[in-house]
Amino acid sequence: MDLATFLIQCLNAVQYGLLLFLVASGLTLIFGIMGVINLAHGSFYMIGAYMAYALAPLVERSVGGGFFVTLLVGIPLAVLLGYVLEWLFFSYLYERDHLQQVLMTYGLILVFEELRSILLGDEVHGVAPPALLAGSIPLGDLMTYPVYRLFISAVCIAVAAGMYFVIARTRLGMRVRAGASNREMVQALGLNIRLLYRIVFAVGVALAALAGMIAAPVSSVYPGMGGQVLIICFVVVVIGGIGSVRGALLAALLVGFVDTFGKVFFPEAAGVLVYVLMAAILLWKPEGLFKAA
Amino acid sequence: MRKNLTLSQMLPVVLPVLAGIALFALVPLVGSSFYVDLAVKIMVLGIFALSLELLVGQVGLVCLGHAAFFGLGAYVVALMSPQSEAASLWLVLPASLLAAGAYAAIVGALTLRTRGIYFIMATLAFAQMAYYVFHDTPVGKGSDGIYLYFKPSTAIFGWQPLDLEHRETFYYVVLACLVASFAALSLLLRSRFGRALAGIRVNEQRMRAAGFATYPYKLAAFVIAAMVAGLAGFLYALKDGFVNPEILSWHQSGAVLMMIILGGLGHLRGAVLGAVVFTLLQELYQSQAVFGSFAKHWQLMLGLTIIVAVAALPRGLMGLRERLRRTPAAPRPAAPAPVPAPAPAPEVHA
Repeated sequence: MDLATFLIQCLNAVQYGLLLFLVASGLTLIFGIMGVINLAHGSFYMIGAYMAYALAPLVERSVGGGFFVTLLVGIPLAVLLGYVLEWLFFSYLYERDHLQQVLMTYGLILVFEELRSILLGDEVHGVAPPALLAGSIPLGDLMTYPVYRLFISAVCIAVAAGMYFVIARTRLGMRVRAGASNREMVQALGLNIRLLYRIVFAVGVALAALAGMIAAPVSSVYPGMGGQVLIICFVVVVIGGIGSVRGALLAALLVGFVDTFGKVFFPEAAGVLVYVLMAAILLWKPEGLFKAA
Repeated sequence: MRKNLTLSQMLPVVLPVLAGIALFALVPLVGSSFYVDLAVKIMVLGIFALSLELLVGQVGLVCLGHAAFFGLGAYVVALMSPQSEAASLWLVLPASLLAAGAYAAIVGALTLRTRGIYFIMATLAFAQMAYYVFHDTPVGKGSDGIYLYFKPSTAIFGWQPLDLEHRETFYYVVLACLVASFAALSLLLRSRFGRALAGIRVNEQRMRAAGFATYPYKLAAFVIAAMVAGLAGFLYALKDGFVNPEILSWHQSGAVLMMIILGGLGHLRGAVLGAVVFTLLQELYQSQAVFGSFAKHWQLMLGLTIIVAVAALPRGLMGLRERLRRTPAAPRPAAPAPVPAPAPAPEVHA
């Protein structure tokens, strides 16, 4: 493998890892703070990707503007969806045990998948990347790298930095951290935990949907895409430690590298390698790399 | 310690079980081949649900990757059967169970070090690992699956006690497996081992303080559950004559979890009841005669049913029965649900 190929694979790994981080960070926050195991999180990724596909023509007709305007329209819609779902379904799950959370969110997956099938059909659709980012930059003598993939990484890094700032530096972030380490105490201190839950959930949904929207031009949109991402994100969360955003970032990059280079070196076993990684880490640290305090 | 149950206490438990066995035994005599096949499917899934009930309902381990052991049992028989002749049952059945048990020993040894949400996600991830082995690698012929042309032969030294190719014989063999699994598991739960598992479910800390090494107990339960699931998978492969990676998918794990919860956790009977109701519901929603072209979207109705069931029946159908039975009694004060005593639960479920 020459240097240019290696570099390209590294960029791919980082891009995939960062994308996983966007989905997994919401998942880990919802686990860590609300204590809810959300199987439907992959569906939000799927919903995001289908929004990128289905909203684009609507946006173009009504507002004008392309991909970026669609993103700007899609994110508030995702936040709204998260807010409503929390209110309708998830707020009933906090007192229930994990088993019932697993089931209700499993039921939600079936509902989302079928609604998608009814509304938009079961075909695979491509989504065109925005014209501004359609080109590619030369890398080495023969290789080129698509600009759009760099854009994905850049967006993810920006979001990660923003999350770090909010969680580490703001009052809201302080409450989120407090909620992750001791929910009852936060409640006892008189903070409005329901509102905090609703915000965290809505942000988690928006992050997953954003990941889906920006991933759509690369991965295209297809039925069952949510389930795939969900399981990989579970692996990320288990490796990183539940409730730890830092752990999710590290684990997502780790999974990104293992998966990408696994596909290069052992194409047959690539699907399994990530799970072997998880098994090794569970053997070493049963509670993940970073245990939320 | 154990109280001897009187006949009047045993009847409400034993009668429905006997009635259920009798009902299943009657199906091939009165039903058409469609209903016989459906009943076989229900019984196989009943065995599968029983195996998960041992883990979730009795030990309190929520395993979301149980389909892996089911699928492994099915794949082993399909892989070991030659294309042109029948394999020997006495070879492929133990091999299926051992494969499921061996994988469970590895998965359990790793995942039982974790607890709560971690355990749920880790078992799911290990099941996905098995799924990808059969889906992506040439081991299991990829997503096309494998056909099983001949059901295994039961011949020993030239004598063939049962012909599994015969539809009704196969039906009663599956029924016997269901009854045997049920009986074996209920005996297991009444044993010292089963009491220890119940103790772990109620308060693991206390069991450890009482001198039980809980980890080997949980691992043993995990392996036993996987082997029973492997038996179910084995029968499933024989039933369809076909296996593909979808039987290992996490949708299958979710469906079986739904069955035992719909039936009611904590009762072996509930698991079988759940398998019956869940499969019939699925069949109803998929029926074009009832829902017309909308039957294509049967998962929407299934999903809504699951959501409603979780919201309205937190203790499953068995809990519903108890609630109905309690209603005519004198009005009770509005007390919270009874909290299980921290000691090993004294009652015996079957």
